[in-house]
Amino acid sequence: MLRLSLGLVTVFAFSVIIFSTFSFLPGDFATEILGQSATKSAVKALRAELGLDKPPVTRYFDWLGNVFQGDFGSSFSGRSKVQGDQGDRSREVVGLIVPRLKNTLFLTGVAAMLAIPLSLILGISAALYRNSYYDRSATGVSLVTVSSPEFFTAYIFILLLATLFPVFPTISNVDEASTLAERFYRTALPVFTLTLITMGHMMRMTRSAIINILSSEYIEMAKLSGASRYEVIVKHALPNAWAPISQVIAINLAYMLIGSVVVEYVFNYQGIGRLMVGSVYNRDLPVVQACALIFASTYVILNLIADLIGIISNPRLLYPK
Amino acid sequence: MTLNKSKELLLEMKNIHIDGFSDERWHKILKGVDLTLHRGEILGLIGESGAGKSTMGKAAMGYTQPGCKIIKGEINFNGIDLAKLTEFEKRKIWGTKISYVAQSAAASFNPAHRLMDQTISAANRLKINPMDVLKKDAVQLYESLQLPDAKNIGDRYPHQVSGGQLQRIMTAMAMSPRPELIIFDEPTTALDVTTQVEVLSAMRSIVDKFNTAAIYITHDLAVVAQMADRIKVLRYGEEVEEAETRDMLSNPKEEYTKSLWSVRSLIKPEETNEDYMLSIKNIDAAYGSSKVLHNVSIDIPKGKTVAIVGESGSGKSTTARVITGLLPQLKGEIIFDGKKLSPKLEQRSKEELRRIQIIFQMPDTAMNPRQTVDEIIGRPIEFYQGIKGKEREAKVIELLKMIELDETFLDRLPSELSGGQKQRICIARALAANPDLIICDEVTSALDQIVQEGILKLLQKLQKELGVTYIFITHDIATVKAISDEIVVMYQGEVVEQGLKSKILNPPYPDYTELLLSSVPEMDPDWLTNLLNKRSS
Repeated sequence: MLRLSLGLVTVFAFSVIIFSTFSFLPGDFATEILGQSATKSAVKALRAELGLDKPPVTRYFDWLGNVFQGDFGSSFSGRSKVQGDQGDRSREVVGLIVPRLKNTLFLTGVAAMLAIPLSLILGISAALYRNSYYDRSATGVSLVTVSSPEFFTAYIFILLLATLFPVFPTISNVDEASTLAERFYRTALPVFTLTLITMGHMMRMTRSAIINILSSEYIEMAKLSGASRYEVIVKHALPNAWAPISQVIAINLAYMLIGSVVVEYVFNYQGIGRLMVGSVYNRDLPVVQACALIFASTYVILNLIADLIGIISNPRLLYPK
Repeated sequence: MTLNKSKELLLEMKNIHIDGFSDERWHKILKGVDLTLHRGEILGLIGESGAGKSTMGKAAMGYTQPGCKIIKGEINFNGIDLAKLTEFEKRKIWGTKISYVAQSAAASFNPAHRLMDQTISAANRLKINPMDVLKKDAVQLYESLQLPDAKNIGDRYPHQVSGGQLQRIMTAMAMSPRPELIIFDEPTTALDVTTQVEVLSAMRSIVDKFNTAAIYITHDLAVVAQMADRIKVLRYGEEVEEAETRDMLSNPKEEYTKSLWSVRSLIKPEETNEDYMLSIKNIDAAYGSSKVLHNVSIDIPKGKTVAIVGESGSGKSTTARVITGLLPQLKGEIIFDGKKLSPKLEQRSKEELRRIQIIFQMPDTAMNPRQTVDEIIGRPIEFYQGIKGKEREAKVIELLKMIELDETFLDRLPSELSGGQKQRICIARALAANPDLIICDEVTSALDQIVQEGILKLLQKLQKELGVTYIFITHDIATVKAISDEIVVMYQGEVVEQGLKSKILNPPYPDYTELLLSSVPEMDPDWLTNLLNKRSS
């Protein structure tokens, strides 16, 4: 319960930071849209219409109140540029974000389903055969993938799997009409990229968590009571490693979501990351704020889940004395 | 100790050589030790840390720790040479034919599984009996080991039972597949004396009951005397001597064997005075919401040694934390040299901090591993006395001489020192502040008997020379006899009694003091039997 409320506080603090950061950015939507030659009165009128003339604190609470009702406001950029138009073409932020969010969740979800089991298996087997050539090459390669930036990895994939050996498309265009198979095919490269950049970290942490536990006395005891290698790892080491492993998985899933900003841009994928980049460019505050808030909440939720797994997997916390 | 032991050979280890890899080179751990054991016999293996007794015990299973290897030797168990078996073949023997009871039961149980599952896991591997038969048998074992609530205790997790109970459950776990041999590796070292008695008697009766052979490893001669039929003494990886238990105790041949209980012969004449260095009055203290000290009052006479004794959880270390200000008391006051001390560490003056120093149990963790001896001792000299440069160095060397080391130690790191040397450096660090009161928190518990004696002698010498007052926290009665003037007995956060050594250690005793004193093992093989008879009557 405490963790849950702490999580809420964190999200709230985030919302303040997000809001104030964008309020302090030089220039606003009105000057951006109307251009440098706009008259002061025109700018003023547009600001009044968008509510930008109100003091920031008032705007913040208006926004927050609406967010609680599931209303993220209307996008600025969809509206008509002609003054006097009633603005009925303006788009609701929610309507704008939801399909993109679905796309992003699809992308990161597939990548996660690939990355998590793979890195667990690789990490456990590397721990099992510690200091073997397999272990050394696995940890070495993972270091390279962790340290290369995601756009670089993405371009390498494009070079290898789209240009030299054209197996997958470079542009991941999907729309409502795309079938599942098409989606898999088109998103293959961004999925690989996301998988690769997060897998290294998860694999290395799994490996070191297991190795850490393998040196504890109860592991020696298990060996001396005749447990096989497999039994030692799966029955004795792994149950005690869930807490650190789930933490690192949570961090990496969050990282994946954020990494998708760059990856979506590279592959021109219609996800929330790309939407956010575009909206920052346009000073489209409501959209940016909504996206940032979604990222922040995902982060908090993932960490909460990891904490929860940590508690469930540890009888010391689950069954107090 | 039944007398109808068969003379049928169970285990014969010949000329065992084991090397271990550490500090980037190979060391010899065992240099050709022989060992024989008959069915149903208990052999005691004793020696200081580093003697190779634990390595020998594990080698009896054909197991070596990671980083160690068997160079040479035969391990014939039931006619099979374990040294020649593969891992896979050895696994069929481990846990079922030979089982192992480790020193620290708390660390040796997997925290993620229930005790019952761990108790029967090895026996279950045999696939002879179904699970429910094994569980029933385990409950019976728990009962014969006198565990409370034997029916349900197996459903608990390791953290939910006490250390003494865990140690008995581990014995049940070792016994569950009815092995032919059990290796007990210092099974009671981590326990309080009062708990140790219970665990020892439980282990002895169950080994007797099933006529299981055992190797009992310990550094405590008095403990092994209660358990073993024969005793083998090891030192530096070699055998010193071996004899029947009674012969060994009445007539140890080697000088070294005699020295093993030398600390027990150290005795200090008691003195006291009415001038108190420190008085704590009606102290209550708590960790969070759990209260651990109740109305504790203790007086510490100037220039003397007061020993605070009690088992773990009695509040001895908490008392030290309150005195140093690490844990502010809820109620009561601390008078230091006539002046009231503020409960909080931050509100005490530098001078007050200087005058009270503490030495901890584990010198390994009490020193920064990246600082040299010079830095460790020099820092309090600079901090409290403001002495720098050449003068500081002279002072550090003077302190090193005081603790019977010399300037060649200046540039060493803690990792380059032995256990006893580390504790000496910790003593020098406390002395560097030129304190009036030193709190010694179990300073000798982690050390071997001979090293303990050296440290205790050093502390006494320093008291004579410098007139410093000691508060000596310990659970070891032999240490108390050796060093104290006055004794405070604590139990469950309260002071049971305080008085001169001669008064506390001689009858009449309050009930708890009697229990504590009678639980200290003596060098008499019949001690445990007599004690149990006395207690049950």
